[in-house]
Amino acid sequence: MDQTDSVVVVEHLEKRYGSFVAIEDVSFVVERGEIFGILGPNGAGKTTAVECLQGLRHADGGNLRVLGLDPRHHAAEIRRRIGSQLQESALPDRIKVWEALDLFASVVPGGGDWRVALEQWGLDTKRNARFGSLSGGQRQRLFVALALVNDPEVVFLDEMTTGLDPASRRVAWDLIRRMQDRGTTVVLVTHFMDEAENLCDRLAILDDKRLIALDTPSGLISRHATKRRVLFSTDQPDLTWLDSSQHVTAVHRTRDRVEVEGTGPVLAFVAAALIEHGIAPTDLRVKGADLEDVYLSLTGTGRSD
Amino acid sequence: MRTLAKLSWVELKLLLREPLTVLFALALPLIILYVLGGVFGEEAEADIFRGVGAMSYYVPAYIGLVIASIGLISIPTHLAGYRERGVLKRFHASSVPAWAVGGAEMVVALVIASASSLLLVAAAALVYDFAAPNSLPTVVGAFLLVAVMFAALGVLLGAVLPTARAAQALGLLLWFTMMMLAGAGPPPEVLPSGMRSVGSLTPLKHVIYVMQDAWLGLDAGRSLLVVVVILVLSILLALRFFRWE
Ligand SMILES: Nc1ncnc2c1ncn2[C@@H]1O[C@H](COP(=O)(O)OP(=O)(O)O)[C@@H](O)[C@H]1O
Ligand SMILES: [Mg+2]
Repeated sequence: MDQTDSVVVVEHLEKRYGSFVAIEDVSFVVERGEIFGILGPNGAGKTTAVECLQGLRHADGGNLRVLGLDPRHHAAEIRRRIGSQLQESALPDRIKVWEALDLFASVVPGGGDWRVALEQWGLDTKRNARFGSLSGGQRQRLFVALALVNDPEVVFLDEMTTGLDPASRRVAWDLIRRMQDRGTTVVLVTHFMDEAENLCDRLAILDDKRLIALDTPSGLISRHATKRRVLFSTDQPDLTWLDSSQHVTAVHRTRDRVEVEGTGPVLAFVAAALIEHGIAPTDLRVKGADLEDVYLSLTGTGRSD
Repeated sequence: MRTLAKLSWVELKLLLREPLTVLFALALPLIILYVLGGVFGEEAEADIFRGVGAMSYYVPAYIGLVIASIGLISIPTHLAGYRERGVLKRFHASSVPAWAVGGAEMVVALVIASASSLLLVAAAALVYDFAAPNSLPTVVGAFLLVAVMFAALGVLLGAVLPTARAAQALGLLLWFTMMMLAGAGPPPEVLPSGMRSVGSLTPLKHVIYVMQDAWLGLDAGRSLLVVVVILVLSILLALRFFRWE
């Protein structure tokens, strides 16, 4: 395989904390210019993986390359050329927003003007605010601005939208797309399905220290999600007859709201059965498979809503 | 170098934004001078205090004590707190080198140590009679050397201690022990000889000797060498064992 355009190469990554295995035999490649998502439940090993790539932790086995360099031997050079937003880190409480940007910009000369980042990330009104006084979302945006201050070739964003309100999340997505338009490769760790589905060109799903799927979001959906859900409301107390309709695999009910799980043409069969029993709900609809279904069926975690 | 300069400047500004810390740094020399000096500094027998009189002995010794408080308590607590909160990890990921982090602490320490020491000498001059420096350039040189040494020792402690609490507890313990045994508390001549020999193993003892020798034109032998060795070792070990998280 031609790897000249591979910004990140991970082959058989292994990482242990003492005797605890956090990552086992994970391999993937991130191509130049793509937005690559890493999705998975808490504790899956996502942070461990990206921190090994940034040379912040030492891999115990496997082969890693970032921009063609091995993080075990060239961590300093890698860190100068990448941007990094860590899941857990902080700044001194009393440092002002502009001071942090100015300081970090001075570490790697030749980056862009930090004043631009300040404005792009909506922090210009917070220029003189102290880090300790910022809200969770403002801190998060400052960290992303800091990650971009050296004009990196690839950025690692670890749960960057956690703690942002929905509106700021949309703004963040736009800015990530803008990073991509400028040619920056983005490695995005997230646990938000909509974020992964909307933003990522390709996705790696990690679960319990292993890679369990790797594809485009639509590829994952068409391959793994065959289930459909039919939703409607009714006050009819007894719906047991629905269980035996063709193509129905399960019926869930929460007070008036009913969710029927099934395959293929389940909608038509459910509709027919409802009419037959004298029920004509006005809100009958089918919900196509989405990434969340793929994720839940692959990781075996319970419904998170 | 640009990073070191920027980081030092930022750290200095951060310090000035903490009024309590600043107050403490300025109050400490006064407390040491008027309380410790009041308790231990009145005797005038010729066979103790290296034969130079109480306050001529104690003023340079207290400068050493002020410097030791910065190196043993302030710097390690500050650095360990940064580690605990993930600030060091943030610096690391953004390519701030370890030597710049340690170097900035040393620059800030030097600034506070200078301010505190000047205050101490000025306050002493108001109340006590003591010898003027034998040679001012020598005193300034000695001061810079011992201040940098204790700052480096502080960076070493801060480089490896995991939490701010641990650093503070250990720092206080070291500082008090050294103060009592190294001749900044009771005159060393009145200590039992066992304690006195433990005292001469402490860095503070040698720092005090270097300051006094410079101030009073005495010569206590190899203390200068010991200080230089501790300085070099601290820097090497701190660079070797610096932990970001
Ligand atoms: N420094 C560490 N020491 C010991 N165990 C750790 C450390 N960091 C992470 N772990 C463990 O490794 C596993 C993976 O953690 P992490 O990479 O943070 O997962 P994720 O980012 O996917 O939530 C978890 O079980 C976590 O408890
Ligand atoms: Mg994580």
